[in-house]
Amino acid sequence: MSAMKIRKNILTLHAKEIAIRNLFGFFAFLSVLLLGLILLFLFREGLPLFKKISLADFLFGTAWYPTYEPPEYGIWPLIVGSLAVTFFASLIAVPLGLLSAVYIAEIAPTRIKEILKSIIELLAGLPSVVLGFFGMVIVGPWLQETFDLPTGLNIMNASVMLAIMAIPTISSLSEDALYAVPREFKEASYALGATKYETIIRVIIPAALSGVSTAVILGMARAIGETMVVLMVAGGAAAIPEGIFDAVRPMTASIAAEMGEAPFRSGHYHALFATGIVLFVITLAFNLIADYISNRFRETGSGTL
Amino acid sequence: MEKDFIIRTKNVDFYYGAFRALSDITMDFEKNKVTALIGPSGCGKSTLLRLLNRMNDLIDGTRVEGEILFEGRNIYAPDVDPVEIRQRIGMVFQKPNPFPKSIYNNITYAPKLAGIRESGEIEALVEESLKQAVLWDEVKDILTKSAMTLSGGQQQRLCIARALAMKPDVILMDEPTSALDPISTAKIEELIDTLKKHYTIIIVTHNMQQAARISEYTGFFYLGKVIEFNVTEKIFTNPDVKQTEDYITGRFG
Ligand SMILES: Nc1ncnc2c1ncn2[C@@H]1O[C@H](COP(=O)(O)OP(=O)(O)OP(=O)(O)O)[C@@H](O)[C@H]1O
Ligand SMILES: [Mg+2]
Repeated sequence: MSAMKIRKNILTLHAKEIAIRNLFGFFAFLSVLLLGLILLFLFREGLPLFKKISLADFLFGTAWYPTYEPPEYGIWPLIVGSLAVTFFASLIAVPLGLLSAVYIAEIAPTRIKEILKSIIELLAGLPSVVLGFFGMVIVGPWLQETFDLPTGLNIMNASVMLAIMAIPTISSLSEDALYAVPREFKEASYALGATKYETIIRVIIPAALSGVSTAVILGMARAIGETMVVLMVAGGAAAIPEGIFDAVRPMTASIAAEMGEAPFRSGHYHALFATGIVLFVITLAFNLIADYISNRFRETGSGTL
Repeated sequence: MEKDFIIRTKNVDFYYGAFRALSDITMDFEKNKVTALIGPSGCGKSTLLRLLNRMNDLIDGTRVEGEILFEGRNIYAPDVDPVEIRQRIGMVFQKPNPFPKSIYNNITYAPKLAGIRESGEIEALVEESLKQAVLWDEVKDILTKSAMTLSGGQQQRLCIARALAMKPDVILMDEPTSALDPISTAKIEELIDTLKKHYTIIIVTHNMQQAARISEYTGFFYLGKVIEFNVTEKIFTNPDVKQTEDYITGRFG
């Protein structure tokens, strides 16, 4: 090959590389741009509400009567509703998700491990409307009868359904974190005369703690942002609940249920977008906390030679 | 005088699945002496070492034949608890592997597992172990700091201290200095020299000078077999087998 030809080949190679880099850059930029546009839209449609009422009245007002005359836009009952179902869902999903992760990552024999992993993946793939349907038709009536309640669609029902949705997130992310614990730590523990369970509790879980906490927080973020399930099984009452068998109306349910009937750019319309902003801020906070934890507690590797 | 052998292996074969990694290993390890295991990469030195404290149990599909006697008892007998064996036969790995915990908690890990709760006793143990491992002066003011912030050489001495805190009878060391600089290496060699008063040490090394300097006995391995096992001086000055001589003089892979 002549020198000319080689030069030409190098040039085309170089041009290709630049083209590929730009292509990737373009798509990365595109997703950022899209996110930015959505945010812009959210704020443009939500912020006008605060010409009518103050932020404090909006956040902490206890009456949500957006269609009354005069309307009231207090979303405190909706926030409490969201937090209540998320809290109780976490109470169920965190222990179950973590225990299953530990079992899958450290204890289960290979075959059972594979089976469990596919079941959990299946759970993650379950459409939320199916889950909501299940809650509505099976769990709801059962709760109503067993506990003699006015309605089986309540915090309890929604929490259980949300927990089922959050478990796969918590379990598979925690499992990854547990797998990532270096083998050297485990060997060191065994060589010091620790049993398997002592090793899991004292070495593996602590070493995976940052990843595990991230998993928990992302699981909770998933629960708080979930819409269809709570729309179907939380009961829909925009009142501050007094017990776990009370019906609630989480923010997501409110937005989904009412957006269709709110007149374009009415107070109600703006209030629903403002609720969306609150939801966005909460989820963002969850993600930032998860991020902070995973950076803050990340252990420097063992081989700092 | 009758020699006191703390560990004896008798016709030991070891398999990873179908692959036989060790064949017919018969060796006696004398108490309170340093025994070095040398040989080319892949000849089974680490495998043998890990057999002596049942660390190979952790690998699926492995099989042991023959007997390994620790103080006269076969450690692979069905009624033997591997946890107890590992408490009495400590191990130091090639790559320093402190836990991502404080220096203090690294040392107290094994004693706490063993049920020592009394804080005075634990503190004394921490100081004693770190002093034995010649690390005390460097870390006595930073005991609560993460062990990960130490240098590689310090980490390795911490791992030795951690093993000592368990009060074992035997310490197995798998190339403990291969990841360290010459100064840290010299410190650890000195340390081994003082430790042998109280402990039996079995060490794998690729460094011929190191084996010659620190050990009383040396075993030369090749392809899963013991080619020659004798007093270190004899191995390094006048080995019986040609292969041994070729290996230690570097005329051999
Ligand atoms: N976990 C394992 N599974 C299967 N085979 C293994 C395993 N560990 C080691 N072996 C094989 O057993 C043989 C002996 O390995 P071993 O690690 O004991 O060698 P070594 O003498 O310590 O070598 P080096 O000096 O490189 O550390 C090698 O052929 C290796 O490939
Ligand atoms: Mg080795």
